[in-house]
Amino acid sequence: MAQAAIELKGINKSFGAVRANRDIDIEIPQGTIHGIIGENGAGKSTLMSILYGFYQADSGEIFVKGQKASIHTPNDAIAAGIGMVHQHFMLVENFTVLENIILGAEGASLLNKGIAKARSELQRLEKEYGLEVDPDAVIEELPVGLQQRVEILKALYRGAEILILDEPTGVLTPAEADHLFRILRMLKDQGKTIVLITHKLREIMAVTDNVSVMRQGTIVATRKTASTTVEELAELMVGRRVLLQVEKGKAKPGDFKLSVKNLTVKDGRGVTMVDDVSFDVRAGEIVGIAGVAGNGQSELIEAIAGTRRAESGSVTMKGKPIDVTGTADPAELRKRGLAHVPEDRHHVGLVLPFEENENAILGYHDDPKFLNGAFLNIDAIRSDAREKIEKYDIRPADCRLRTANFSGGNQQKIVLAREMENDPGVLIVGQPTRGVDVGAIEFIHKQLIAMRDRGKAVLLVSVELDEIRSLSDRILVMFDGRVVGERGPDATEGELGLLMAGVEAQEAAE
Amino acid sequence: MDTLVQLLDATIRLSVPLLLACLAGLYSERSGIFDIGLEGKMLAGAFASAAAAAATGSAWIGLGAAIIISGMLALVHGFASITNRGNQIVSGVAVNFIAAGTTIILGQGWFQQGGRTPSLPPAARFGAIDLPGAEAMRDVPVLGPIYSDIISGHSLLVYFAFFMVPFTWWVLFRSRFGLRLRAVGENPAAVDTAGISVTWLRYRAVMITGVLTGFAGTYLALAMNAGFVKDMTAGRGFIALAALIFAKWKPVNAMFACLLFGFLDAFAIRYQGAEFPMIGRVPVQLMQALPYILTVILLAGFIGRAIPPKAGGVAYVKER
Repeated sequence: MAQAAIELKGINKSFGAVRANRDIDIEIPQGTIHGIIGENGAGKSTLMSILYGFYQADSGEIFVKGQKASIHTPNDAIAAGIGMVHQHFMLVENFTVLENIILGAEGASLLNKGIAKARSELQRLEKEYGLEVDPDAVIEELPVGLQQRVEILKALYRGAEILILDEPTGVLTPAEADHLFRILRMLKDQGKTIVLITHKLREIMAVTDNVSVMRQGTIVATRKTASTTVEELAELMVGRRVLLQVEKGKAKPGDFKLSVKNLTVKDGRGVTMVDDVSFDVRAGEIVGIAGVAGNGQSELIEAIAGTRRAESGSVTMKGKPIDVTGTADPAELRKRGLAHVPEDRHHVGLVLPFEENENAILGYHDDPKFLNGAFLNIDAIRSDAREKIEKYDIRPADCRLRTANFSGGNQQKIVLAREMENDPGVLIVGQPTRGVDVGAIEFIHKQLIAMRDRGKAVLLVSVELDEIRSLSDRILVMFDGRVVGERGPDATEGELGLLMAGVEAQEAAE
Repeated sequence: MDTLVQLLDATIRLSVPLLLACLAGLYSERSGIFDIGLEGKMLAGAFASAAAAAATGSAWIGLGAAIIISGMLALVHGFASITNRGNQIVSGVAVNFIAAGTTIILGQGWFQQGGRTPSLPPAARFGAIDLPGAEAMRDVPVLGPIYSDIISGHSLLVYFAFFMVPFTWWVLFRSRFGLRLRAVGENPAAVDTAGISVTWLRYRAVMITGVLTGFAGTYLALAMNAGFVKDMTAGRGFIALAALIFAKWKPVNAMFACLLFGFLDAFAIRYQGAEFPMIGRVPVQLMQALPYILTVILLAGFIGRAIPPKAGGVAYVKER
């Protein structure tokens, strides 16, 4: 085996009482792609932040190419040849590509020489790795895929031999992700070592040579990718057997519950986000809307749920119109039986500083059963919250805990419990499992299927193609504000991917 | 013609304190630290310069004292908002209160003139400088009065202020420090991960702000006037902030914004109580309110969206 590019020995790191990393030992051979997989909060990002000098380990040693390295700041990491592509890009949005690349590596106190050097160096990197990008483009005008490329170039410009990528595909389309994997393989062929952090099993299988699984701050296993399976990795991650494919029977669609006709929605700047969209969702079926984020799905469900004004078009629920261009308001719609799990639980779905029981009734707080005349009936609210905690297995089981202290998956369960338990006729769900652990995903998916089987109409929006495919009875693909195709649940990923990228249906069929 | 020359000459004089304060604010705000305490730092600087000049008879020592005192207040703001991640508006307001109160108390305690400092002799002030050839040029038509009366004949601090405009532009867009300064105001995490200290960068920006407000205060006390009078900044720090927004945080725009506000001020003083054709007598109060009315109108819509540095007002905390 080749020499280890990185070796970590006995790394420990605590944040207060939380032990984020426990006795981590890991060895990453030179010139390989090494995956680190684990649920949210398993400690993957913390470990990599220690390696990049962003945090200090409480104890433990780091060896880079056999040499003991003391990495206290990102500068030390850069000097040791380690580069990092962060999950949230560390780019200055109104700077040009060149300015971003030289930031922190300007060379001299005046910029002209550094810029000139970076420009020629960039051309060399472009030739060597085929990483093309216009050096004078402003970052905010570039698509995310290219922004990520700038991050990779930033690391290479600093002479990185070891590249860490933290959840790199979260913002990419399937095609962009495939392109990224090609780039990573090429970098590997050039002798670079790559560490890929992700919670997506598919990516691990697609691109890595070895994989380490983290759970609750420890490395539970390291495997050769070729000799493991998705099922084994999932079980290692969660600590128990997980059903990756949801079990569901055939849908028994009933009458139309929700009917959308010629809906057009504009955003705050007057740009048309939803363009003449029509579809029906029947009782007892799940209709999934696939698409790359930002193609109008968000605006579509916001308009139906009454949190955004539509420009034109009509929506009817159980045969009665919803005044989407005028006075539709979420409170009234809730009373009529339309529940909405918003895409952004942090900013729209929950008030994070509130206690769990307060969030558990938000929007339903004027229900007489929670009221005592003009006052809230605290006892009724808390006992209701406890029931939901029990039923949805929300952990920790403490209805007085601040909502911010729950994990992403449990926060999502709080929202789902609130919206589902009121027995709505129509459920609109946006990104139900974004930032949610594998174990909780399984639970949430089961709940959604159960809603369907109880004869409810479910409209599901997700950027996770796997989720759309495993849950939906019908799949609509949105691109640039329009519905560009409808497919059955057996549609292949490639077919849907092409539709999502805006390739016309005819071409997709060829 | 004479009236116009006088008006423009007064415009220059009145816009300089705004310009110095505005550029001061530019450095701080570009780094992501909002500074509503420009007014207070300017006032403290004015008092310090007048007091030191009165005690020593030297304008230069006055300037030095102003820079030290304004710089210290800037560090207080920096300590509160960078190191302790406090609310930047609250900290700025506190600086304004400290300056307004202590200048009066110390002024009364030291000089017993109702919060004033003694009137300063010319040697303890920054007097007017005649640029070379100003006399010879005087009789040349058009160019003569522009050069001799409008451009020449100001104090050194006026030329310093206008020199700072291209210099600030050059620092901001052509130097490593400027690149990092702009970056830290937009995305401090990007600066941090590039291996640069966010804290030290922001402290340097805040210190520059302190030094420049010291210059602004000195100009008020030792060049525009002959000593310190209580509350002599009269809201100029806030007008400078308005000019900074109006200028979209760009140095050359800032100069024009400050000249515009200076012109309105000069206009209001020149035409106090004057009769206008068609309109008649305009009340003094309305003329005095003109710069403020214009500020509101301009900020309310004429300049389009002024997008502040994205990380402005937010203390930088690493995740978790």
